[in-house]
Amino acid sequence: MTGTARVAALFLVAVHVIVVLAGFLAPYDPATQNRRLPFAPPARLHFVDEQGGFHSRPFVYALVDAPDRALGYQEEKSRAFPVRLFVEGAPYRVAGVFTARTHLFGVDEPGRLFLLGSDGLGRDQLSRLLHGGQISLFAGLLAAALSLGLGSALGMLAGFHGRWVDAVIMRLAELFMALPWLYLLLAVRAFLPLHMPPAQTFLLLVSVIGVVDWARPARLARGIALSVRERDFVRAARSFGAGSLYLIRRHIAPETASVVLTQAALLVPQYVLAEVTLSFFGLGVAEPAASWGNMLGALQQYHVLVSYWWMWIPGVVLVPVFMAYHALADGLRARA
Amino acid sequence: MSRRTFGLIVLASAVLAPVRAAEPTREELLVAESLPAARGGRLVIALRSEPKTLNPVIATDSASRDVIGLLKGTLIRINRETQKTEPALARSWAVSADGRHYTLALRRGVRFSDGHPFDADDVVFSWQVYLDEKNHSPQRDLLLVGGKPIAVRKLDPYTVAFDLEEPYAAGERLFDGLAILPRHVLQKAVQDGKLAEAWSLVTAPAELVGLGPFRLKSYAPGERVVLERNPNYWKADRKGTRLPYVDELTFLLVPSEDAQVIRFQSGDTDLASRLSAENFQVLAAGEKAGRYRLQDLGPGLEYSFLFFNLGDLTGKGLDAGARRQTWFKDVAFRRAVSAALDREAMARLAFGGRAAPLGSHVTPGNKLWAKASLAAKPRSLDRARQLLKDAGYSWKSDGALADASGQAVDFTLMTNASNAARVKMASIAEDDLRELGIKVRVVTLETRAVLDQVLQTRDYDACILGFGSGDADPNVEMNIWLSSGPSHLWNPAQAAPSTPWEAAIDRLMRRQLITVRYEERRRLYDEVQQIVADNLPMIPLLAPSILVGAKQGLLNFRPAILDHYVLWNAEELGWSAKP
Repeated sequence: MTGTARVAALFLVAVHVIVVLAGFLAPYDPATQNRRLPFAPPARLHFVDEQGGFHSRPFVYALVDAPDRALGYQEEKSRAFPVRLFVEGAPYRVAGVFTARTHLFGVDEPGRLFLLGSDGLGRDQLSRLLHGGQISLFAGLLAAALSLGLGSALGMLAGFHGRWVDAVIMRLAELFMALPWLYLLLAVRAFLPLHMPPAQTFLLLVSVIGVVDWARPARLARGIALSVRERDFVRAARSFGAGSLYLIRRHIAPETASVVLTQAALLVPQYVLAEVTLSFFGLGVAEPAASWGNMLGALQQYHVLVSYWWMWIPGVVLVPVFMAYHALADGLRARA
Repeated sequence: MSRRTFGLIVLASAVLAPVRAAEPTREELLVAESLPAARGGRLVIALRSEPKTLNPVIATDSASRDVIGLLKGTLIRINRETQKTEPALARSWAVSADGRHYTLALRRGVRFSDGHPFDADDVVFSWQVYLDEKNHSPQRDLLLVGGKPIAVRKLDPYTVAFDLEEPYAAGERLFDGLAILPRHVLQKAVQDGKLAEAWSLVTAPAELVGLGPFRLKSYAPGERVVLERNPNYWKADRKGTRLPYVDELTFLLVPSEDAQVIRFQSGDTDLASRLSAENFQVLAAGEKAGRYRLQDLGPGLEYSFLFFNLGDLTGKGLDAGARRQTWFKDVAFRRAVSAALDREAMARLAFGGRAAPLGSHVTPGNKLWAKASLAAKPRSLDRARQLLKDAGYSWKSDGALADASGQAVDFTLMTNASNAARVKMASIAEDDLRELGIKVRVVTLETRAVLDQVLQTRDYDACILGFGSGDADPNVEMNIWLSSGPSHLWNPAQAAPSTPWEAAIDRLMRRQLITVRYEERRRLYDEVQQIVADNLPMIPLLAPSILVGAKQGLLNFRPAILDHYVLWNAEELGWSAKP
């Protein structure tokens, strides 16, 4: 693997670890509203107080409405809120099993530490970014796993078996490739019962994204299976009496593995984008849960787009993540 | 024609003019109380979508109506500022004591934009066109009172009488929506059944004859609609200057609100209307430069509300939904939800503070009908808890609300994804009700899908939507309040009212429709408002403010909260004499 690909892989691992630890790393619950602080700008960390004294521990001031509301907020300098480590705060679930309250950093009540500002309902952008990453990134991984699993299994079957099985599966694949997936997803969303837990809705959407797109990996896997099955070592194994399943498992699947992995690195960002697109239109992950898509959805409003730059952050974060995935795909392809 | 004969004709008409003025058909101009402005100049305003037609008989979309509003003359009009009726092409009118007969005296000497005189025959002709089923006019339904069409009679060339089957409250308001059509132009087309083709978007401007302040000059699809001053318009100011003041009025097609804001900001357009609170804020920053001024007219007639599904779900295979309906159908539950909602926060966060919290579905902007005693109450979780406790609800150890049988209370709140303010209100409601131990799931769908759930499938729990109305009169809300009405959202189109209070509303609304005296109608409608506020089939939330702007130097800019907010007095808009 090239150096770039290795860096990309490390970066991606780091990003995923960070979002897994969202509950601990985020100072607040992503759904908690601060109704007095909509669109608060990112907090300014101070080291020097009003009297000119230096503090090694950074601190923030509380924000209050500026006298002219059009100007936004101003800092209320009568009381400083030092940033502390390992503070007790809103409860969160660890690995879905037990509940914890300790956050890596935070400030004392009633202070607020919005390192990346707040959104239109006064919710902490950083906390939403981290928790939203869990949803957006894992939506991509899950959907990719689904489509690759299904696609390569069907593709290998088609390529290895040939004849009518091949014909049926490949015609079906063409049919699926012609489906306009965005409209299909919209239709599926409208068709689902409304009264459904958000987690279930989310999983369903992810499976639809993944299942609909099995055709492309299937074509790739089929191509490899077609060429591999005519190779001498496969013929030899067959002449020794090896069965189809054994041949696929032992000889065909390993040959397709590198192609499938490369494909995975390309598909994951694509599916992350699918979730972002759906949520951007308000049809994916439902409020108040955060996802990068529904966070970016706020930018549809002109005034948000021009007035509050920190609302762009989820989009800015998507760029390096996508670049890393593509660099990884390049590296995997070079190796293959 | 030689230059000489042309000169003779000009001379002849100049000589004849004073003689004609002495005749009984002397032109009776309406004198407008406007500030005298300079004659000339032009006005530019953005239009959000393409007009579909310029035919006043069949227009339904707002873009078409915005343009037609300036081309048409009506017998009586609703003054958008006072919200009351005032004379227009009818000089005056009288209503019989039983409220069934209207007699209108028409203005004499009025001419159409092509110079042809206007009289009672045009009124009778227009009436026939609107009532003819072949023409599919949306106004036709309005002209059926007690199931029978309103009949028109010509008493003399300048007097017409209208006869109604039964009394109809505020009947004169109907005339505001009916443009008078030129009989001399359209009669043949109507006889041939070709009205829709006779006046369409491709008709030559000269053939679109009307009685409005402007007439069509040119239309470039996808780009602009240009109107020019109607030289025969029948209004003048106190100094005797014939209105309208400006020579030309252009509608620029600008498809999005954001683009409209930018065009207004850069001075391309002279008027801005229907601004959102956020864009208003963006524009306010540039107001100090002095090129334009903005106006917050306060709450309009539009209001947002939350409602629960109160329909009958038995036999629809929606048992789980029907189970949850036992809460929704409990009035104490609805009152508790209403008390727990933070309308102040909704106004601040979803509308930048430019919205009024509501305690009744009639907004404070509706001057003649708002009931002051039904003002919004501040949020009170204590009151909400007390209401629930009294109704047999209790709280589990984890704080979740449970009904008398121990089932945790949770429901889905639906709204349309494209409306950012409603999505925000839903998120705030979710947070508010969580404090009460109610678990709310916000679901945003495409608008079409939301309406489909509410009106057809009925597989939903609660929903946030808004209503806007064209007129400040209870009559336009008949289809909302009658239990048989298609817009009776919480339980539409019932065969018979399913609750006693819905039956009471039906009775009161039907009564007020045939009551003539305002005071009496007011008493009946107050009672409707009280019943609605007590039973909360719609939990009123907010009425957004109407936000508009105009370029500096525009005189007689008197925006109002009734449609069209800024162009309703277009004939009086003009530029101040100074450059």
